[in-house]
Amino acid sequence: MNLNVLFFAAARDAVGTDTVTVDVPDGSTVGELQQLMIQRTPQLERWSQALLWAVNNRYAGCNQVLHASDVIACFPPVSGG
Amino acid sequence: MIELTTEPIDYNQLTESVRDHAAGAVTLFLGTVREFTRGVQTSWLEYEAYPDMARASMAELEAEAFQKFTVTKIAISHRTGTMALGEISVAIAVSSPHRDQAFEAGRWLIDTLKERVPIWKKEHFADGREEWQHPGMTPHTNTKGAKS
Repeated sequence: MNLNVLFFAAARDAVGTDTVTVDVPDGSTVGELQQLMIQRTPQLERWSQALLWAVNNRYAGCNQVLHASDVIACFPPVSGG
Repeated sequence: MIELTTEPIDYNQLTESVRDHAAGAVTLFLGTVREFTRGVQTSWLEYEAYPDMARASMAELEAEAFQKFTVTKIAISHRTGTMALGEISVAIAVSSPHRDQAFEAGRWLIDTLKERVPIWKKEHFADGREEWQHPGMTPHTNTKGAKS
Protein backbone atom coordinates (compact mmCIF):
# COMPACT_ATOMS: atom_id res chain seq x y z
CA MET A 1 0.00 0.00 0.00
CA ASN A 2 1.09 3.57 -0.60
CA LEU A 3 1.39 5.86 2.40
CA ASN A 4 1.86 9.62 2.43
CA VAL A 5 4.09 10.80 5.24
CA LEU A 6 4.22 14.44 6.33
CA PHE A 7 7.47 15.82 7.78
CA PHE A 8 7.89 18.88 9.94
CA ALA A 9 10.66 21.14 11.25
CA ALA A 10 14.15 19.59 11.35
CA ALA A 11 12.81 16.25 10.06
CA ARG A 12 11.50 18.00 6.95
CA ASP A 13 14.84 19.76 6.51
CA ALA A 14 16.59 16.36 6.75
CA VAL A 15 14.27 14.75 4.20
CA GLY A 16 14.29 17.81 1.95
CA THR A 17 10.54 17.84 1.31
CA ASP A 18 7.37 18.04 3.40
CA THR A 19 5.59 14.97 1.98
CA VAL A 20 6.94 11.59 0.93
CA THR A 21 4.98 8.71 -0.59
CA VAL A 22 6.27 5.26 0.31
CA ASP A 23 5.14 1.81 -0.72
CA VAL A 24 5.03 -0.59 2.26
CA PRO A 25 3.59 -4.09 2.74
CA ASP A 26 0.03 -4.21 4.12
CA GLY A 27 0.04 -4.46 7.90
CA SER A 28 3.26 -2.47 8.30
CA THR A 29 3.81 -0.74 11.62
CA VAL A 30 5.06 2.71 12.53
CA GLY A 31 8.39 1.16 13.59
CA GLU A 32 8.79 -0.56 10.23
CA LEU A 33 7.97 2.65 8.40
CA GLN A 34 10.59 4.49 10.44
CA GLN A 35 13.23 1.88 9.54
CA LEU A 36 12.33 2.20 5.88
CA MET A 37 12.44 6.00 5.99
CA ILE A 38 15.87 5.95 7.63
CA GLN A 39 17.16 3.52 4.97
CA ARG A 40 15.86 5.80 2.23
CA THR A 41 16.99 9.01 3.90
CA PRO A 42 20.18 8.45 5.94
CA GLN A 43 20.04 12.11 7.06
CA LEU A 44 17.20 11.02 9.35
CA GLU A 45 19.47 8.59 11.21
CA ARG A 46 20.72 11.17 13.72
CA TRP A 47 17.12 11.81 14.73
CA SER A 48 16.18 8.15 14.97
CA GLN A 49 16.10 7.95 18.78
CA ALA A 50 13.96 11.05 19.04
CA LEU A 51 11.59 10.97 16.07
CA LEU A 52 7.92 11.21 16.97
CA TRP A 53 5.14 9.75 14.85
CA ALA A 54 1.51 10.73 14.63
CA VAL A 55 -1.31 8.83 12.99
CA ASN A 56 -4.58 10.70 12.38
CA ASN A 57 -3.47 13.58 14.62
CA ARG A 58 -2.54 11.40 17.59
CA TYR A 59 0.88 10.28 18.78
CA ALA A 60 1.57 6.70 17.68
CA GLY A 61 3.90 4.05 19.12
CA CYS A 62 6.21 1.73 17.12
CA ASN A 63 3.73 -1.14 17.16
CA GLN A 64 0.79 0.73 15.70
CA VAL A 65 -0.38 -0.89 12.46
CA LEU A 66 -0.81 1.49 9.53
CA HIS A 67 -3.62 1.71 6.99
CA ALA A 68 -3.63 3.32 3.55
CA SER A 69 -6.16 5.95 4.65
CA ASP A 70 -4.10 7.09 7.66
CA VAL A 71 -2.74 10.61 7.90
CA ILE A 72 0.84 9.98 9.02
CA ALA A 73 3.32 12.56 10.26
CA CYS A 74 6.90 12.40 11.46
CA PHE A 75 8.68 15.08 13.45
CA PRO A 76 11.34 15.81 16.08
CA PRO A 77 10.62 16.67 19.74
CA VAL A 78 8.27 19.62 19.99
CA SER A 79 9.37 23.06 21.20
CA GLY A 80 6.37 25.35 21.11
CA GLY A 81 5.30 27.76 23.81
CA MET B 1 -11.37 28.46 23.09
CA ILE B 2 -8.48 27.25 20.96
CA GLU B 3 -6.70 29.30 18.34
CA LEU B 4 -3.70 28.83 16.08
CA THR B 5 -2.93 32.08 14.31
CA THR B 6 -0.33 33.84 12.22
CA GLU B 7 -1.54 37.24 13.47
CA PRO B 8 -0.39 39.03 16.65
CA ILE B 9 -2.27 37.65 19.66
CA ASP B 10 -4.85 40.03 21.11
CA TYR B 11 -4.40 39.12 24.77
CA ASN B 12 -6.92 41.69 25.96
CA GLN B 13 -9.60 40.05 23.89
CA LEU B 14 -8.39 36.59 24.95
CA THR B 15 -8.60 37.61 28.61
CA GLU B 16 -12.06 39.13 28.16
CA SER B 17 -13.23 35.88 26.56
CA VAL B 18 -12.75 33.94 29.81
CA ARG B 19 -14.33 36.51 32.14
CA ASP B 20 -17.53 35.20 33.68
CA HIS B 21 -19.84 35.92 36.59
CA ALA B 22 -19.11 32.45 37.97
CA ALA B 23 -15.42 33.29 38.24
CA GLY B 24 -13.65 35.07 41.09
CA ALA B 25 -10.24 34.91 39.41
CA VAL B 26 -8.67 35.25 35.99
CA THR B 27 -5.04 34.43 35.16
CA LEU B 28 -3.20 35.22 31.95
CA PHE B 29 0.08 33.62 30.85
CA LEU B 30 2.04 35.14 27.96
CA GLY B 31 5.07 33.50 26.36
CA THR B 32 7.25 36.19 24.78
CA VAL B 33 10.35 36.19 22.60
CA ARG B 34 13.45 36.51 24.80
CA GLU B 35 16.61 38.20 23.57
CA PHE B 36 19.25 36.29 25.56
CA THR B 37 19.32 32.55 26.33
CA ARG B 38 22.38 31.53 28.35
CA GLY B 39 24.25 34.51 27.00
CA VAL B 40 23.45 33.80 23.34
CA GLN B 41 21.66 36.65 21.59
CA THR B 42 18.52 35.95 19.59
CA SER B 43 17.45 38.24 16.74
CA TRP B 44 14.08 36.68 16.00
CA LEU B 45 12.16 33.43 16.29
CA GLU B 46 10.24 31.38 13.80
CA TYR B 47 7.45 29.01 14.87
CA GLU B 48 6.09 26.22 12.73
CA ALA B 49 3.08 24.03 13.56
CA TYR B 50 1.51 20.86 12.28
CA PRO B 51 -1.77 22.79 12.20
CA ASP B 52 -4.41 20.01 12.27
CA MET B 53 -2.74 18.08 15.06
CA ALA B 54 -1.76 21.22 16.98
CA ARG B 55 -5.42 22.31 17.10
CA ALA B 56 -6.59 18.81 18.06
CA SER B 57 -3.89 18.57 20.70
CA MET B 58 -4.71 21.98 22.21
CA ALA B 59 -8.40 21.02 22.31
CA GLU B 60 -7.42 17.86 24.22
CA LEU B 61 -5.43 19.93 26.70
CA GLU B 62 -8.41 22.19 27.23
CA ALA B 63 -10.72 19.21 27.83
CA GLU B 64 -8.22 17.59 30.21
CA ALA B 65 -7.82 20.83 32.16
CA PHE B 66 -11.58 21.04 32.65
CA GLN B 67 -11.43 17.52 34.14
CA LYS B 68 -8.41 18.12 36.36
CA PHE B 69 -9.22 21.59 37.70
CA THR B 70 -12.27 23.50 38.85
CA VAL B 71 -12.13 26.16 36.17
CA THR B 72 -14.82 28.24 34.49
CA LYS B 73 -13.35 29.10 31.09
CA ILE B 74 -10.11 28.51 29.20
CA ALA B 75 -8.66 30.29 26.17
CA ILE B 76 -5.41 29.23 24.45
CA SER B 77 -3.85 30.98 21.47
CA HIS B 78 -0.54 30.05 19.82
CA ARG B 79 1.00 32.11 17.07
CA THR B 80 3.15 30.75 14.23
CA GLY B 81 5.45 32.44 11.74
CA THR B 82 8.17 34.98 12.41
CA MET B 83 8.25 36.89 15.69
CA ALA B 84 10.42 39.79 16.81
CA LEU B 85 11.92 40.21 20.30
CA GLY B 86 9.23 40.82 22.89
CA GLU B 87 6.37 39.57 20.72
CA ILE B 88 3.87 37.10 22.13
CA SER B 89 4.07 33.52 20.86
CA VAL B 90 1.49 31.98 23.18
CA ALA B 91 -1.26 33.20 25.51
CA ILE B 92 -3.32 31.18 27.98
CA ALA B 93 -6.19 32.72 29.95
CA VAL B 94 -8.06 30.81 32.64
CA SER B 95 -10.93 31.83 34.89
CA SER B 96 -12.06 29.96 37.98
CA PRO B 97 -14.27 30.50 41.02
CA HIS B 98 -11.18 30.69 43.29
CA ARG B 99 -7.66 31.82 42.36
CA ASP B 100 -5.67 28.66 43.19
CA GLN B 101 -7.35 26.69 40.43
CA ALA B 102 -6.79 29.39 37.80
CA PHE B 103 -3.07 29.57 38.66
CA GLU B 104 -2.67 25.78 38.75
CA ALA B 105 -4.59 25.16 35.54
CA GLY B 106 -2.66 27.90 33.70
CA ARG B 107 0.64 26.42 34.85
CA TRP B 108 -0.38 22.91 33.86
CA LEU B 109 -1.64 24.10 30.45
CA ILE B 110 1.57 25.87 29.43
CA ASP B 111 3.80 23.06 30.77
CA THR B 112 1.79 20.37 28.97
CA LEU B 113 1.46 22.41 25.77
CA LYS B 114 5.26 22.64 25.60
CA GLU B 115 5.54 18.86 26.00
CA ARG B 116 2.81 17.75 23.63
CA VAL B 117 1.56 20.21 21.04
CA PRO B 118 3.33 19.76 17.66
CA ILE B 119 4.84 23.22 17.27
CA TRP B 120 8.54 23.93 16.75
CA LYS B 121 10.67 26.96 17.39
CA LYS B 122 13.66 27.99 15.30
CA GLU B 123 16.11 30.44 16.81
CA HIS B 124 17.73 32.99 14.52
CA PHE B 125 20.76 34.19 16.44
CA ALA B 126 22.39 37.60 16.25
CA ASP B 127 25.59 35.96 14.92
CA GLY B 128 23.70 34.67 11.87
CA ARG B 129 23.27 31.05 12.99
CA GLU B 130 19.85 29.47 12.94
CA GLU B 131 18.80 26.40 14.87
CA TRP B 132 15.65 24.35 15.46
CA GLN B 133 15.02 23.87 19.16
CA HIS B 134 14.44 20.27 20.15
CA PRO B 135 14.37 19.58 23.87
CA GLY B 136 16.57 16.63 24.72
CA MET B 137 18.41 16.61 21.39
CA THR B 138 22.02 17.68 21.05
CA PRO B 139 22.40 19.58 17.79
CA HIS B 140 25.56 18.46 16.03
CA THR B 141 25.54 21.16 13.37
CA ASN B 142 25.95 23.83 16.02
CA THR B 143 28.16 23.73 19.06
CA LYS B 144 25.97 25.83 21.31
CA GLY B 145 22.50 24.49 21.88
CA ALA B 146 20.11 27.14 23.11
CA LYS B 147 16.90 26.04 24.65
CA SER B 148 14.07 27.92 26.26
